[in-house]
Formats: sequence, C-alpha cells, structure tokens
Amino acid sequence: MKLPAIVHKFSSPKNFYTMSGKMVPWFAWGFGLTLIFGLYYGFFVAPTDYQQGESYRIMFVHVPAAWMSMFIYMVMAVSGAVGLIWRIKTADLMASASAPIGAAFTFIALVTGSLWGKPMWGTYWVWDARLTSELILLFLYLGFIALQASIEDPRNAARAGAILAIVGVVNIPIIHYSVEWWSTLHQGATVSKMDKPSIHIDMLIPLLVMAVSFKLYYATSVLMRGRAEILLREQNSRWVKEIVANEGAAIGGGK
Amino acid sequence: MMPSTSSAFIAMIKRDLMLSYRHRNELLNPLLFFVIVVTLFPLGTSPEKQLLQTMAPGVIWVAALLAAMLSLDSLFKSDYEDGTLEQMMLSHHSNAVLVLAKTISHWLVTGVPIILMAPLLGLFMFMPIEGIKTLMLTLLLGTPILSLVGAIGMGLTLGLNRGGMLLSLLVLPLYIPVLIFSANAVDASLAGMEIKGQLYFLGALLVLSVTLAPIATATALKISVE
Amino acid sequence: MSASEFFNMGGYAFFVWSSYGISSIVLAWIFISPIFNKKNIIKELRIKYRQQERQRQDSADSEQA
Repeated sequence: MKLPAIVHKFSSPKNFYTMSGKMVPWFAWGFGLTLIFGLYYGFFVAPTDYQQGESYRIMFVHVPAAWMSMFIYMVMAVSGAVGLIWRIKTADLMASASAPIGAAFTFIALVTGSLWGKPMWGTYWVWDARLTSELILLFLYLGFIALQASIEDPRNAARAGAILAIVGVVNIPIIHYSVEWWSTLHQGATVSKMDKPSIHIDMLIPLLVMAVSFKLYYATSVLMRGRAEILLREQNSRWVKEIVANEGAAIGGGK
Repeated sequence: MMPSTSSAFIAMIKRDLMLSYRHRNELLNPLLFFVIVVTLFPLGTSPEKQLLQTMAPGVIWVAALLAAMLSLDSLFKSDYEDGTLEQMMLSHHSNAVLVLAKTISHWLVTGVPIILMAPLLGLFMFMPIEGIKTLMLTLLLGTPILSLVGAIGMGLTLGLNRGGMLLSLLVLPLYIPVLIFSANAVDASLAGMEIKGQLYFLGALLVLSVTLAPIATATALKISVE
Repeated sequence: MSASEFFNMGGYAFFVWSSYGISSIVLAWIFISPIFNKKNIIKELRIKYRQQERQRQDSADSEQA
C-alpha cells in the first residue's frame, strides 16, 4: 500500500526536527498549565472521600499514569508498525523514544498503586487484576527496551522492536483478560476502589485534567527524545551539520 | 518442475525430524530439566501430600514453561549457524509456511515428550488420575502454543550474544495466559468443576498462534538473518 | 484546608506524598535527560566534524604534495 507523497515529505528527518522544534514549547506550556490546574483542583477543590479520607487523592496521579502506560504502548506498536511497513524513519524514532516514557508511567502506576493499596487494603502488594496486569506490562516494556538495546544496527533494532511491540499489542488484551479472570477466581468480590463506578464530579474533573496533562507531557517528552536521537542517527547529513554549527556555537561559546 | 508448497512443508518436517533423531541425546536435556525442576519443589518446601497436591498443577505447568523455553535453542540455532536458514529464507515458498513446519517438528520432539512425562510428575506430586488426565490435555493444547510463540522470540534473538536471557524476558510474559488457563483447568477438574471454558480458551489461543505466529517469526528471522 | 492539614493529608501523609514525590522524580528525570543528552550530542558532533574536516584537509594536502 503506497502512502501519498505528502506523508513522506512530512516524515523526513529534517522536517521532523524543524516541526517538532516548534511544537515542543506549546506542548510544554500546555503540560505545565494543566498540571497546575489539575493538582490545585485535586487537592483544594475536590472534597474528602467519606470512606478513604485523603488517601484517595493518590488517584489523581495513579489512574492517569495507568492510562498513559496503556496508551503509550499502543502508540509504540502503531508507530513501530508504520515504520516497519512503510519504512518511515521518524515512525521508528517515535516508537523507541516512547518506550522509556511508557515504562516510567507503568512504574509510577505500580508504585502509586502499591502506596494507595496500603491504606486501602492494608498491604503494599496485592495480586489484583489491575496491578498484576501493570506488572506484566512493565515486563513487556523492559523486554522491548532490552531487545532494541541489544541490536546494533538502528534499522534492524527498529524492525525487531516493531515486531515485538505488535506481538505485545495483540497479547495485551489476552493477558488482561486472563489475569482479570484469574483474579476473580481467587479474590471474590473485592470492589476495587481504583475504578469507582460513580465518581463525584469534583473528583472527576481533576482526574481528567491530569489525564490531559500527562498526554501533553508525553508529547513534549517523546518529541524531545526524538530530536536528540535523530541528530545522532542522521549525523552524516548536511542539515545536521548546519544545526550543530548554529546551536553548537551557542553552547560551546562560539569557537 | 518446482515442488509444491505442501510437499516442501512435509519435506521440511521430515528433514528436521531426521536431524533431531541424529542428535537425539540432546533432546533429553529439556525433558530432564522438566523432571528435575518439579523434583526441586518437594525438596524446597515439604513432602507433605496435601501441600504438594495443592501446588501440583501450577508447579508442573511452570516447569513445563521453563523446559519449553530452554528447548527453543534447538529451533533455529543450528540452521542459522551453518547458513541453511538463510537458504531457506530465499526459497520461493512462503517463509511462514516453512517456519510452521519447523515449529511442528520442534513441538514433536520437545512438546510431546513433556506431555508423556507428565503422568510421572503428577505421581510425584500426588495428583489423582482425573487431574493427570486434564493435565495432559492442557499440555496437549498448550505446548504447541509454547513452541509457536517461543519461535517468535527465538527469531528475534537469534543473532544476539547471550540472547538466551533476553529470550526468557521476551517470551515468558507471553506465556502467562496459557499458564493461567491450563493450571486453572487442572485445579478445576480436581475440584470436580467444569473445564470446558478453559479448554475452549486454550483452543482459541492455539488457533490464533498457528495462524499468526509463523508470520511474525518469519518476519523476525528475515531481520536476524541479514 | 489549612497548611498543616494539607501536609498531614488526614494521616495519610506518607502515602500521598511518597506517591507524588516518586512520580515527580521519575517524570522530571525522563523530561530533563533528553535536554542534557541533546546538548552532549551537539558538543560531541562538533568535535567529530572538526576531526573529519582536519582529516580531509590532511589527505587533500598530502595529495597535492
């Protein structure tokens, strides 16, 4: 399947670098503002939960982090697939730049989930469906990162990673369903406060704002990572040499 | 006259089986590993019948997973090392079909012995006959999945130094659904409950793996062989 | 909410603040490391390009001689 020529024009490394350079400040500011608004609302406007007291406020970072961990894996798999099928370098770049960010969110979801679990269930770790699935997702991310790290040629590393990510994406629903099923067998009806069915509007708003904030964070971070990486990968091209000459002069004190 | 794909398929299975037969003492290793690992559990916990019976389905299945993973080494390694794999990928036959053939012969020489060894291990863990029957049924459905999915991991890590450890990290998370449903099916049958749902799920996973895994493996091999 | 109530978080201070603390540290690290990384890359590429330029000059000179 051939893509229209315009896609190739926008996905050239040089255009990527220029365009992302313009987009990053917008995303960064958007992230900052939504973060401040979300946290303020979450701590000062949202009421105290009558069952969990103040500990439920961990939700404002735990749930968006868990959502991001899933979202980023999808993006990784899709951009990996695009890079694999249509050989678009910037797609490969987005996939490998996303992996550490996704792993970080998964880690945060696990740690905050555990810290929320202690006041809620009395223990730091519980083999509940959500946490167990997050743990397996972390393994999937780490496997992806380890695989790419062990292949020298960036093109082959991108292709291998893309295959792994696609296989992972097919498996994630299967794994989630299996773990969900397994945990209902062994735990009975523990209603997980982590997905409250009916949530107070003043708790929902900061939750959604934080979710948007994290998405903007991801956009900023992935582009920044991609920009650094692409300079390295395209170092023999003229446009990189020009950029190094311009930006290098500013950094190195203009030699 | 070009041979048809189906005859190439059969020829590949025959060839691999013959090669495996020539190295038949190597086939013993994953099997012995399987037995030894299960033996470690009573030694590490207690020989008490109640405890072992409760642990049995999970322990035997985990040991089977690990043994299957160790056995993956024999899947493409020797062909990769002597250049036969490269030749195979150049063939005009669909690479996925050839990969499926190799995976089937791999399963025949590694998965089937595991299934046949299971009753003995069930005995070690004091499993009643009903449980052992279900155990063998889940192994029959599950071990091909382990070979098929493991082949993907093997394809990805083929050319790497110390790819073995990476292979485990990649493949074990993917094995988890098979573990969950198989071990649970055995547990359920011991409690006298229905196991149809679990078996259907395993069957679905098997069908999914047979159709999709060889494609992923063939794509991965193309990268590793370059 | 008063300041002390805010810090105490109804007795759950440790859990809430550790959560936000660890999250902030991890996210800050992921955010900042590409910034430093890019600066290093540019620095190193400058040096590399200068070396390549010098090598080219040397071989051009030796061809003329």
